[in-house]
Amino acid sequence: MDLAFAIENLLNGLQFGLMLFLLAAGLTLVFGIMDVVNLAHGSLYMAGAYFAATFTSLCGSFWAGLLLSVAATAAVGVLLEMAVFRRLYQRSHLSQLLATFALILIFNELARMIWGAQALTLNTPPVFSRPVELLPGFSYSSFRLFIIGTGLAVAALMYLIVVKTRLGMLVRAGASDREMAITMGIDIARVFTLLFAFGAALCALAGTLLGAILEVQVGMGESILILAFVVIVIGGVGSIRGALVGALLVGMVDTLSRSLLPAALRAIMAPEAAAGVGPSLASILIYVLMAAVLFFKPRGLFPARG
Amino acid sequence: MTSHLHHPLPALRMALLLALMLLLPLVAQAFGQEYYIGVVSRMLIFALAASSLNLILGFGGMVSLGHAAYFGAGAYTVGILMQNGVLSGWLSWPLAMLVGALLACLVGLISLRTKGVYFIMITLAFAQMIYYIVIGLEVKGGDESIRLPQRSSIGLNLSSDTTFHYVVLVLVSIFLLLIHRLINSRFGRVLQAIRENETRMEAIGYPVLRYKLVCFVIAGALASFAGALLANQNQFVSPGLLHWTQSGSLLVMVILGGAGYFSGGIIGAIAVLMLEEILSAYTIHWQLILGAILLGVVLLLPNGLASCLQRGSKA
Repeated sequence: MDLAFAIENLLNGLQFGLMLFLLAAGLTLVFGIMDVVNLAHGSLYMAGAYFAATFTSLCGSFWAGLLLSVAATAAVGVLLEMAVFRRLYQRSHLSQLLATFALILIFNELARMIWGAQALTLNTPPVFSRPVELLPGFSYSSFRLFIIGTGLAVAALMYLIVVKTRLGMLVRAGASDREMAITMGIDIARVFTLLFAFGAALCALAGTLLGAILEVQVGMGESILILAFVVIVIGGVGSIRGALVGALLVGMVDTLSRSLLPAALRAIMAPEAAAGVGPSLASILIYVLMAAVLFFKPRGLFPARG
Repeated sequence: MTSHLHHPLPALRMALLLALMLLLPLVAQAFGQEYYIGVVSRMLIFALAASSLNLILGFGGMVSLGHAAYFGAGAYTVGILMQNGVLSGWLSWPLAMLVGALLACLVGLISLRTKGVYFIMITLAFAQMIYYIVIGLEVKGGDESIRLPQRSSIGLNLSSDTTFHYVVLVLVSIFLLLIHRLINSRFGRVLQAIRENETRMEAIGYPVLRYKLVCFVIAGALASFAGALLANQNQFVSPGLLHWTQSGSLLVMVILGGAGYFSGGIIGAIAVLMLEEILSAYTIHWQLILGAILLGVVLLLPNGLASCLQRGSKA
C-alpha cells in the first residue's frame, strides 16, 4: 500500500475523531451528570454551522464568524436549558426522548424557515487555502491540520479544566455520584447551566470547522448525533477520557474503512458489487465495534460510575 | 377493585372508533375525497406498529430505539418476494412476520443483556446495521425504493382502496385484540411485574430473560406485519422505512399516546398522523408546529394522551 495514502487516511481519521470528541464531550457530561438523554445535541451542532455561515458572510471574516457562532450557540444552549431541559431532569428517559425529538423537529424547521432548504457553503479561511507538504511528495490540507490542532488543544484544555480546577472537580463529583454531590451542597443546577453552554460552544466549534469541509444543511445534526452517541456508549457514559478514546476509535474506524474497504473488496469481488457493498459495510463496522465493546464491557471502556 | 396490572378494553371508545373506520370509506366516497381512505388505512397500520412497540416499551419496560428494523423488514420481505414473482399475501404476510420474529430473536438475545440507555443504544445500533445492509444490497434497488407492481393477492381485489382498507381494519383489529388478551394474560402480568421490579422477579424464580425475549419477538413479528401492510398500502418500499428517525417517530407515537396504556399506541398513531395531515395542509413548516405540540404535551401530560382519557387504570 501507498504510504502517502495511508498517512492521509490516518490524518483524516484523527481529524474526524477529534471533531466527534467535541460533540461527544458535551453530550456525555450532560448525560452523565443530569441523566438527560439529549437527542437535540446534534441540532446545536447544526445551529453552530448555520450561525458561522451567516456571520462569516456578514463580517467577511471566518474568524469573526467562528467566534460569533460560538457565542451565539452558547447563548442558545443557555436559553434551551432554562426553557426546556430544566423541566426534564426529574423525568423518565422516555419523556426526555420525546421532548428532545420534538426539539429536533423544531430546530430543523426553524433552520429551513430562516436559511431555506438549500445547503449553504462555508468557505475555509484564505490562510488555509493551500495544502502543506508534510513529506517530500506528500501534501495535506492545511485546514484539516488546523482542525486536528484545534481538536487536540481543546482536548488538552478540557483535561486541565476537569482535572485541575474546582469547576472540574464539581463536574467529576456530579458525574460519579450525583446524589452525593447534591447532598454535599453543590449547586448542581448552576453547574449544569454552565456545562450546557459549554457543550453548546463545543458543538458550534465542531459545526463551524466541519461545516467548512462538508456542507451546511438541515438535518446535518442527526447522522453525526448517532455517531456521538455511539462514541459515548463505547467510552462509557459520563467519562471524558472515554469520550476521547471512543471518538478516536470511531473516527479512525469510520474513515479507514470508508477508504480502505472498497479497495480491499475490489480485490476479491466484481468492481460494481464492491462499489455497492463497500460503503455500507464501512457504515456497519462502527456498530459492530460498538456491539463488540458492549459485549465484553457492558458499561463501556471507561465507566464513570463505579 | 381491580389490579392496576389489569387493562380493561375501552369497549365504548373502541366501538366508536371501529364504527368510524367502517363508515369512513363510504363517507369519503360520497364526498369525492377518496384520498382520505388511504390516510385512515395508514393510521390503522401505524396503530398496530406503535402498539407492538408499546408492548415492549410500555408493558415490558424495554426502551427500543430500533423498532423500524422490524417494521422495515416486513415491508422489504413483501417487496423482495414480489420482485421475485411471489404475489400471494397468504405466503408473504406470514413470512414477513417470521422474518421479523427471527430478527427480533437475534437482536433480543444480544441486546437484552444490557440495560437502560445501553439497551436503547444497542437496539439503535442493530437497526442501523440493517439500514446500511439494505442500502448496500444493490440487487434490492439500493438507495432507490422498490416499486410493487400490485398489492398482494389474497383472493380479494385489493387494488381498490376501500377493499384494502377493510382488510387492514379486520387484520389490525384482530391483532390489537390479541395484544389486549396478551397484556391481561398471566404472561402479561409477569411482564409488567418484571418492568416494575426485575430483581425481585428474578429472585422469585421467574426466567426473566426468557419472558422479555418472548415479548420482544412477538413485538418484532407484529411490527413486521404492520410493515408488510404498509408496503401494500404505499405500493413501494424505501430505505426510509428503516432509518432511525422512523424508530424515533414510532417512539413518539407511543409516548405521546401513553406508554403502558393499551390504547396508547393507537391514540398516538392517530394523533401524530392526523396532526401531520392537518398541519401540512396549512403550512409547509408544519414540523415546527408538530414539534411545539409534542413538546407541550410532554411537559404538561407526562403520561401521554391516554392518561387523561383513562384515569381509572394507571400504568
